[in-house]
Amino acid sequence: MSPILFYFFAALTVVFALAVVANRNPVASALSLVVSFLGLAALFVGLDAYFIAVIQVLVYAGAVMVLFLFIIMLLNIRAEERRKLNLPAYAGGGLVAVAFVTQLWFVLQKFEAGKSAFPAMAETNVDDVRHVGNTLFATFNLPFQVIGVLILVATIGVIVLSKRELK
Amino acid sequence: MTLTLNHYLLVSGLLFAIGFAGVMLRRNIIIIFMCLELMLNAANLSLVAFSRFNLVNGLPNYNAQVLVFFIITVAAAEVAVGLAIIVALYRARQTTHVEDINSLKF
Repeated sequence: MSPILFYFFAALTVVFALAVVANRNPVASALSLVVSFLGLAALFVGLDAYFIAVIQVLVYAGAVMVLFLFIIMLLNIRAEERRKLNLPAYAGGGLVAVAFVTQLWFVLQKFEAGKSAFPAMAETNVDDVRHVGNTLFATFNLPFQVIGVLILVATIGVIVLSKRELK
Repeated sequence: MTLTLNHYLLVSGLLFAIGFAGVMLRRNIIIIFMCLELMLNAANLSLVAFSRFNLVNGLPNYNAQVLVFFIITVAAAEVAVGLAIIVALYRARQTTHVEDINSLKF
């Protein structure tokens, strides 16, 4: 991936992620999150992970965000009115986030292995889906089945939760 | 100037920090939930970057990409259950503001 494209999509992802936190209106937050996920999918393409990029767009930017927007509109949540800020909590939360980034910056300065460029791949156009599928069904078959059970449990859980009265 | 692993790790860390700040600072439970998704995606980005960086026989390490696939699947299930809980909560309390939900507070 050319560095210009990387900087463009990285900036897009981070700026719209900030917009998710900064927006008062939940619908605007959700739409910013969609743009952030699309930027992230572009970064995945830059890392030659085409399958993951497509899944990211389909599952996250598509299904998950539609679910979020659906719930926001169903509950008819309007923009938050200003409340009295709990200043120590705000300062604490912001401080921890800033401390995390600073710490990461210093760790990355010392991380010499990460300062070399990405090695070139053996072939230029790899059939990504075949390799992922091979790994998924051959090496990780049991976890794959377990994920199926997990989704079944989640489906049943959602139905039970959305019943009007629990017996 | 070439792209290095550190560039991707820094973007991933920034996304994680933004998501974390959102969870700490926002008071709307749906926004908090979105910020959780942001943090999960930050982890995915660093996994994919490491997978591309550590080539196995000239190909990316696909174990990491399968792990990302699992994370995305679990996150999708988590969103469905979490939003169902939020709807049930809204039905009981008519609010999504976390400071109004304090019956477990000591």
